Amino acid sequence: MGSIKLNKVTKSFGSTQVIPPLDLEIQDGEFVVFVGPSGCGKSTLLRLIAGLEDVTSGMIEINGVDATQTPPSKRGLAMVFQSYALYPHMSVRKNIAFPLKMAKLAPEERDQKVENAASVLNLTDYLDRRPGQLSGGQRQRVAIGRAIVREPDAFLFDEPLSNLDAALRVNMRLEISELHQTLATTMIYVTHDQVEAMTMADKIVVLNAGHIAQVGSPLELYHKPANVFVAGFIGSPKMNLVTGPDAQAMDAHTIGVRPEHITISEGGGTWTGKVGVSEHLGSDTFLRVNVDGVGTLTVRASGEVALRHGDSVSLIPEEGKVHRFDADGLAMQ
Amino acid sequence: MARAISTRRQITVTILAWVIGITIFFPILWTILTSFKTEAEAIASPPSLFMFDWTLENYGEVQERSNYFRHFSNSVIISLGSTVLGLLIAIPAAWSMAFVPAKRTKDILMWMLSTKMLPPVGVLIPIYLIFRDTGLLDTRIGLVIVLTLVNLPIITWMLFTYFREIPGEILEAARMDGAMLWDEIVHVLTPMAIPGIASTLLLNVILAWNEAFWTLNLTAAKAAPLTAFIASYSSPEGLFYAKLSAASTMAIAPILILGWFSQKQLVRGLTFGAVK
Ligand SMILES: Nc1ncnc2c1ncn2[C@@H]1O[C@H](COP(=O)(O)OP(=O)(O)OP(=O)(O)O)[C@@H](O)[C@H]1O
Ligand SMILES: [Mg+2]
Repeated sequence: MGSIKLNKVTKSFGSTQVIPPLDLEIQDGEFVVFVGPSGCGKSTLLRLIAGLEDVTSGMIEINGVDATQTPPSKRGLAMVFQSYALYPHMSVRKNIAFPLKMAKLAPEERDQKVENAASVLNLTDYLDRRPGQLSGGQRQRVAIGRAIVREPDAFLFDEPLSNLDAALRVNMRLEISELHQTLATTMIYVTHDQVEAMTMADKIVVLNAGHIAQVGSPLELYHKPANVFVAGFIGSPKMNLVTGPDAQAMDAHTIGVRPEHITISEGGGTWTGKVGVSEHLGSDTFLRVNVDGVGTLTVRASGEVALRHGDSVSLIPEEGKVHRFDADGLAMQ
Repeated sequence: MARAISTRRQITVTILAWVIGITIFFPILWTILTSFKTEAEAIASPPSLFMFDWTLENYGEVQERSNYFRHFSNSVIISLGSTVLGLLIAIPAAWSMAFVPAKRTKDILMWMLSTKMLPPVGVLIPIYLIFRDTGLLDTRIGLVIVLTLVNLPIITWMLFTYFREIPGEILEAARMDGAMLWDEIVHVLTPMAIPGIASTLLLNVILAWNEAFWTLNLTAAKAAPLTAFIASYSSPEGLFYAKLSAASTMAIAPILILGWFSQKQLVRGLTFGAVK
């Protein structure tokens, strides 16, 4: 069991409201990712759910029970911090066993569970070391181990991978996804990395300045962004957003088209411009094309594209892949 | 080439460190040596460093003339008493300032430090009068109180800088792991704070042990600690260097031994934060 419901939750620090009234429902077993730019309130929202911050108003329900006033130790949630927050004076074994000790489990049972968690996370050889003697990735595993042993109702992750190098990050991302599949426990995962969000989530919550910009599956957000903010935030490289006469021609204030939905044509197209910077990734090439009166558009081309700086190109947006937004930034059908 | 320079530099630095170290230690060494001389040799000119008739008679005489153990026990009671009392006040104070800072926490810390800028002699008369009127003159309890107050700002600062280094997220992690306040204090906070508390304790014992202004001015006979024991040998006639040295050596020996055995802890404590 691990359903969480936020009902008109707000949070203010002093006189600044960081979270305006916010409603959100998380089903049991879901992998939910909170994503948004720095300072938008992701950590604050997670800490409100954890109980590490008190809500200013509103209600938090866990498993259908009002938990607004429940202290963090009684909410049945486990958290993995960005800084890992391991206990430096305890061995890895004791770190992982700590929540079990708090739950007053018998020592033999504790040992059994710690051994199990350690073997799942490849930590068996490190059980008697102190956290200070481990690498970043190993510390991260210990933090996860400490979270899984007590079989919580839900896991909360606050940017757990941001201190790891790129390769390790991809690995850990897969491990956490696998963990979710095995345990089928609710997970709430905070990140500002939209690639992590897209690859891991069942459901993405895009936050902008404390309010929810859109909730949906990764593909929903990709195909049907509800507003300009989500359109620009989800997808890599970013969606091209164009205002002015081209947008007005389509009865919109802003139109958006993703780099992968623009084709380069030999003769004549919607836009013509000159190639600026091109980024060769091997599989793809991202061309930055400067179009007069529109600005710079990013275009995805094949890896072997033979265009060079200063070459003139014509661009055609794919039929039916153009997103239209009104003056308030909301998507139009 | 670079290596040669660095070796030469290393040698220079090593020699320099030894010279400074010996210069600082020399007066103490001289005191200890003098305590084994006769009074005549103690004032002989030129003095001899090691080539004299070693004698223990000063120690015997000092012990005969005044009661070392009474002074010693006064020193122990006063320094330990003021340390325990000081920590009882400073730990919660530093704790709350480090973990639940308020708008004026910084100002309070500065104010506490500023009290150390006043020369103690400036408040000698009022404190003396208060002690006289409350019957605290020449009592151990009176000295415990005054030394607690004298060292309180320093140990509160020291503990504050320690506690501030403990990341709040670790305490939050403990809460998420199901720890109630008591478990959090016992299993997480205290073990992490113990090195800091231990070096603060040591420093306070040393400061209190060596404190001479208040202990000399507020005691006569009953509560007099080792500082008064030394002072009683620096008579105006000034002819008893050897006995004065013997008394001094006996007074500093316990704290020197304590300091020697805990030097690792002390150095760690005093440089904490600076090297991290
Ligand atoms: N204790 C606090 N007191 C005052 N303001 C705070 C406090 N904690 C957070 N804030 C403010 O709340 C806002 C949201 O902060 P939060 O840490 O939730 O952002 P975030 O989305 O997690 O950002 P990041 O991606 O950088 O971690 C920020 O503007 C921040 O300055
Ligand atoms: Mg954050």
